[in-house]
This record gives sequence, structure tokens and C-alpha cells, in this order.
Amino acid sequence: MKKLGILFTLLCVLFTGTVFAAQKSGGTFVFGRGGDSVGLDPAYETDGNSFMVCDNIFEALVFYKDESTALEPGLAESWDISSDGLTYTFHLRKGVVFHDGTPFNANAVVFSIGRMMKSRNVKFMGKGFDIPEQERTPEYWVSMEMDDTIGSIEAVDEYTVVFKLKRVEAPFLANMGMDFADIISPTAFLANPKEFLRKPVGTGPFKFVSWVKDDKIILEKFAKYWDKAGGPYFDKVIFRAIPENSVRFLELKTGNINICQFPNPADIPLAKKDPNLQLISQPGMNVGYLSFNHTKEPWKSNVHLRKAVAHALNRKAIVDNIYQGMGQVAKNPIPPTMWGYNTSIPGFAYDVELAKKELEKAGFKDGEGLGEITLWSMPVPRPYNPEGLKVGVAMVSDLSKIGIKARIVSYDWGTYLKKQREQPEDMDLFQLGWTGDNGDPDNFLAVLFDGLASPSIRTQWHNDEYHNLMIKGKTTIDQGERTKIYEKALQVIFDEVGAIPIAHSTVIWPATKNVENFKLHPTGSVRLKNVSFK
Amino acid sequence: MFAYIIRRLFILVPTLLGVSLIVFLMLRLTPGDPAELLLGERATEKSLQEVREHLGLNEPLHVQYGMFMKRLMKGDLGETIFTRQKVWIEIKQRFPATMELAVCALFLSCVFGVVLGIISATKQYSIFDYLSMLGALAGVSMPIFWLGLVLMLFFSVNLGWLPISGRLSVATTLEVITNFYVIDAILTKNWLALKDALWHLIMPSVTLSTIPTAIIARMTRSSMLEVLRQDYIKTAKAKGLSKFKVVYKHALRNALIPVVTTIGLQFGVLLCGAILTETIFAWPGVGKWMYDAVMQRDYMVIQGGTLIIATIFIVINLFVDLLYAVINPKISIR
Repeated sequence: MKKLGILFTLLCVLFTGTVFAAQKSGGTFVFGRGGDSVGLDPAYETDGNSFMVCDNIFEALVFYKDESTALEPGLAESWDISSDGLTYTFHLRKGVVFHDGTPFNANAVVFSIGRMMKSRNVKFMGKGFDIPEQERTPEYWVSMEMDDTIGSIEAVDEYTVVFKLKRVEAPFLANMGMDFADIISPTAFLANPKEFLRKPVGTGPFKFVSWVKDDKIILEKFAKYWDKAGGPYFDKVIFRAIPENSVRFLELKTGNINICQFPNPADIPLAKKDPNLQLISQPGMNVGYLSFNHTKEPWKSNVHLRKAVAHALNRKAIVDNIYQGMGQVAKNPIPPTMWGYNTSIPGFAYDVELAKKELEKAGFKDGEGLGEITLWSMPVPRPYNPEGLKVGVAMVSDLSKIGIKARIVSYDWGTYLKKQREQPEDMDLFQLGWTGDNGDPDNFLAVLFDGLASPSIRTQWHNDEYHNLMIKGKTTIDQGERTKIYEKALQVIFDEVGAIPIAHSTVIWPATKNVENFKLHPTGSVRLKNVSFK
Repeated sequence: MFAYIIRRLFILVPTLLGVSLIVFLMLRLTPGDPAELLLGERATEKSLQEVREHLGLNEPLHVQYGMFMKRLMKGDLGETIFTRQKVWIEIKQRFPATMELAVCALFLSCVFGVVLGIISATKQYSIFDYLSMLGALAGVSMPIFWLGLVLMLFFSVNLGWLPISGRLSVATTLEVITNFYVIDAILTKNWLALKDALWHLIMPSVTLSTIPTAIIARMTRSSMLEVLRQDYIKTAKAKGLSKFKVVYKHALRNALIPVVTTIGLQFGVLLCGAILTETIFAWPGVGKWMYDAVMQRDYMVIQGGTLIIATIFIVINLFVDLLYAVINPKISIR
């Protein structure tokens, strides 16, 4: 027994010794990326390049865990949810200050979130702040329908904020971890509201120093950061914009940058061979899919026809050749890392014979009577699909094997998005995709496929059972129950072929060997707090 | 001459009005919607409506143009759709980068283009002539993209002599005054930064200068050949003047007129057409910025940027016209 005890102690020392070996402080970390940030006010940004800088300057009430979208306390130490699911009380962390010295408190939360509300139903503690008029639409706030969710926000005391909701909204807490819900310094904002997006002030581990447009953004370590347990370790962080992928990779090889975002797939094997580089990868929280124009026949009511298309597509070949292996064939339209994923669904097998049979059952033997159909394909690379047009061409060739004649239709990106939403008569099949915002299945399944919820949903698939499941999922708080609801919904969309999930892309970024503890987050956010040099 | 300049500057006003109207209409008539591009896959009908309303895109065309002109009269080019910044400030931040690059590239092309052209013309059908004109042909047809990458691989990755991209190394600090890094480094006597900035300029300006060098060399050669056949050159030679004097004093001066026109036009092209070079070398200039704006349908950037570029083009043309009189006193400007 004694021996065991000694062994246990030794193991503990060894274990803690390796895991908690102190990380080295200091140095300048250079992040090489494809483009510059648009702005740095988290409420108004919509692009990844802006958010990745905001991720290090600002913080939200709740955090996502390091490599998942599970929630953990952030600027709020804890929270209570009322039994009816309509009142959320956040207990805030004490001793937190903004980079400009303003203390973080309930009023700062009311100000930061309240400024996005259309009708400012907010109550400050004491004098509070005058919230200026919105200069423009807070796009994320609007697209997450937050005005329909939040009724009022009140600062009850210095460190307690109460959110009263208009409706039960299960993903609410997850939404509060998103970038748009970051807490900003009210004094810094009010000093110059128009310039805040270029002079951001938050509570994060790094503070903003300077910005040379289209070139670099410089941040430096915030000495008074509240969390003393981990980093920040770097003295300085520089986000450099290097638009050309191969040039960015050359900069990495020569050690001028420490990480290279979105390299050319062809450079990945080179990075693997290079002794000075390492590869960091993470399955992306995304899905690329092919769907139907459900507003018109024969697609609307002919499930056999939809099945025929699904089985005709060789999605593995698409992932191997066009995604160049940086992805996995999708079985469900949500990524496998997400809760609610239905593991019992086999996915649509590539089976030309089965596809032909389904086509015959659909009443279009060998494609006769179907005429030439259109397959809309994206003109630009997206995070969930590196080359929409090439994928489209592969699909056209697959469809021709069962006798369906198809041709590619594409427009410039803006027009594509606009026309697709109108579900025009000349659109039969279309490709699109999605990158998740908050790790909630509702953020994929309801927004993308529940056509009955709104005419602006991109897949206008009208299925009562699915729609009811979506409503139930949104208004049920218990995650165990919600998991069952979404698993069922995934079964429905699979059986009815509401859409055909194609692939989930994997994000692979090469970095220099000396970078330690860099973790890619499924949401695509880049958090450098706990990263250091070896 | 003064009256001439004033008159030419007056013509600027209707020209710019025309440019603004054409650009405005072309933008509105081409498909694509900035609100859709701003919101991407996430857009809902409601959010699109709100964004369009905020940006004034719901107004009828003539109202939108009226608003644009009203602002323009006050010297305001408006605010960009994406970055929510005054267009003027955005240009001010990027233009010096483009200008620095263009001036360097133009300097290289003038020196090499004119010298190669002269030598080729005076030694017509010699090996040097063939080689330099072959080089010029290659220069015109070489893809900038390819050339830039090859230079990078050779001089930066293999030899380690030159930096790969950007305007300054990340470790270099420079107090920015004019945004022309070379000038700022001299003003602040920061010699390390000056060396760094010049080092960063070498590869992009060599890459950017290949096409203009080739064009200028060919132009100089053909213009010189024509002049060298003139009677007064024969007279000069017959007088017993040295070859150097004949070529540089008598021939070159007359041959320069079309060359100067070409150089002027090339400068305009360099200022707004450096998109590829700026993209490869991560050079934060106007070309890449305008290209991105077109892709994103940032109407305000395109309108403002085009007006500025048109103005510069016109001013350069005016400058070239004035240069004619300096080169050849027989040309009078009234």
C-alpha cells in the first residue's frame, strides 16, 4: 500500500511536471493571414479577419472552451437561469479592468449589449451612460434575431446583470459567447463612437497598439489582465496581411511569420517535410451541402428523385480530389464534433445502380422527361468548400452517369446569394454551406433547412415534422432532451433528403516549431492568450 | 503658359463630372449588392433591408447620385461601406505606398528603357540590339505573378538577400509622418528604417518595372531610328561632330517627345495598375484596395478612388504636355 502511495506521488509529480511546465514569456508573435481586418468593433463586424483580432482584445460573459463550443465562465463568474427559462442572471467577475483603466462592471455589460438593441430597454445602476444612436445595423445581432429574444437588460448591482427574455431561447447562453456579445469599454466608446472600431478597448489579454491598413495590426500584452493563471505570454502580437497564399507560406518557411493561415493545399506536404514547421489542424465547424429548389416540381414532392441525386454523387472523390483530403465526407448536415450529431445515420452511399433505381421509381427512367437541369455553384472559395465550381463540375459528371443532364450556373458571389434566396424557376440544384457561430445545432439545422420558419431560409424545404422539431429544440432548455430532438430531426432530413450534406472541411495551418499550445478553435476564432514560444 | 494651365485645370471639372456619372451608373447597373456581400450566407431579408436602408441603397438612383454630388461639392468623398472610414482617409493611408513603388519602378524603367533603346538604335542589327529587344519582348510578355515569385524564391528564400514582402520588417520601428516610408525615415534620421524600406522596395519595383521598361525601350529605339535617318543628323555628322554629341544633343532631344508621352502614360498605369505586384508583395497600396472594393461592391471606395485616379491621370497628362515645351522649344504652349 505504501509502495503504491509512493508510486502515485511520483506519477503525480511527473505528470504535473510535464503538463504544467511553465511556459516561456516574451517575444513577438507574427500571425500571417490572407487579408486585413475590416473593423474592430465586435458588434458591427461580420468577417473572420476582424473577429480574430477582436478575440484577443475583447471578452464576453461566457467563453467557449479551448477546442470545443462547450461553455465556461468568462467575464461572468456564474449565472442562474429561472425555471421558466426567461430570466438569466449573470454574476460578474470582480477586479477586471479595461485597457483604458475603466473598471468592468454591470453598467459596462448593459452598455455593450444594450447599444445593439433596436429599442433600448435597459436600466443602468446609478447614473449610467447615454447610449448613442446606432451608426449602422449590428448585423450579427440582427441575423441572430436578438431583438426578438432579449426583452430587457438591467444592472441590479455593481456585479449582477439580469437579462429578461421575450421567449424561451435555448441557444441564448451560447449566443452570449459569440464575438458580437463582447463587452467593450463604455468610456472609450463614448469618447469617440465613430473611431471605436479603429481604437478598440476591451478587457482581453492583449491591448490594441496600432494599425497600418492592409499591412499589420499590432497588439501588446495587457499587464493588468485579470486571469493570472495562464498567459498572455507574448510581449507583442502582430497580425500581418499577406494576400497571396504561396507568398505567405514562403514567409513562414523563412521564419518571418509564426503561423500561416489558409495555405495552398499543395503546400501542406511541404510543411510536413520541413523540420522547422509543425501542422496544426482542427475539423472545422462547417458543412458544404447540395440542396434542391423545393419551391418547384419535380423536386418539391418527389423524394425518389432527390434520393437518386444523393446516391449518384461520389462525395468521397470530391473530398479526395477537390478538398485535397482536407475534409471528411458528411453524413449529417452538422459536423460530427457537435452535440446532437446522429451517429446512427449511415449517410448516402455512392451507388450508381441504386441511384438509377430511385430515378426510375421517381418516374424519370434514365433521366428521360427531366430535361436539362441546372446546378448552381459558388464562384468563390468558401471555408466549407474550396472550389464550388470544380465540385459542381464533378457533380454534373456524376449525374450524367445515371442519365441526368445538368449544367453549371454561376454568378458573382453577391448576385449568387441574392438570386439563390429568390428560388428562381431556372434553379434546380444549388450548392451552399455554412460555418457555425455558436456550436448549437439550431444554428445549423433551423437556419439552413427549416423553410417553414421563414421565406428567407435558403433551403425552402417545407416539412411539418422537421419544423415542429426545430421549434421544440429552440424552446427546450435541457440539453439531453435537445440532443434527442436534433437526432430525430437529422433522421427526418436524411429520410426525406431535404438536402445532401457533402463535406466538412478540415482546417490545417502550418506554424513554426517553436510555437507552443496554439489551438485552432472550431468557430475559427484565434485566441493567443495561452500560446507561447518554446 | 499660365493661362494654358488654368484652362486645362478648368477642363478637369467637366471631365471629373463625366467620370463620376459613368462610374456611378456602371456600378449601379452591374449586378451585385453590397448588402448581400456584407452579410454573406447569414443574410436574412430583414437584415438585408436594414443594411440597405442604413447605406441609402434603397433610394432611387438620381437621389443617390444627388447625395454623392452634394457631398462631393463639400470636398467629401463619402464613407466606405465596409470599413466605415472616410474614403479620403483610406486613400491618404494607401496612396503613398503606391506612389513610392510607382516612382521607383518608373525610375528604373526610364533609366534602363531609354539607355537600352538608344544603344539598340545606334547599334541597329547588332547582337546587343537583338538581345535587348528580345529582352524587351520577354519583359512585355512575362507574367508579373510568375516573375515576382521567382525573384522571391531566388533572392529571398535561396540567397536570403532581400525581404520577401511588405514595406518594412516587423522588427523595424518608424515614426510615420507622410506615410512615404523612405521620406519619413530621412525626416526622422532613422537610417536603419531607411535601409529597410529601400531593401523592401527593390523586388516589387523591379517586378513592376519590367513591362514599362520594355515598352519605353522599344519606343525609344524606334523613335531614335527615325530621327537618326533625318537630314540634319547627316549634316551634324558631316560637320564632324562627335558621335556622342550627334546622338545625345541632336537626335535624343527630338526623339524624346513620343518617349515622354509613353512615360507619362506608363506612370498613370503604374499608379493604378499595380494590383498584381501589390498582391504578391503584400504591398498595402491603392491597386489592391480598389480591386477588393470592386469584388465587394464597395461603391463609395470605387467612386472615390476612380475620381482621385482620374484627377492624377489628367494632371500627369498636363505635366507631360508642359514637358514637351521644355524638351523642344519649337513647341509653344498657349
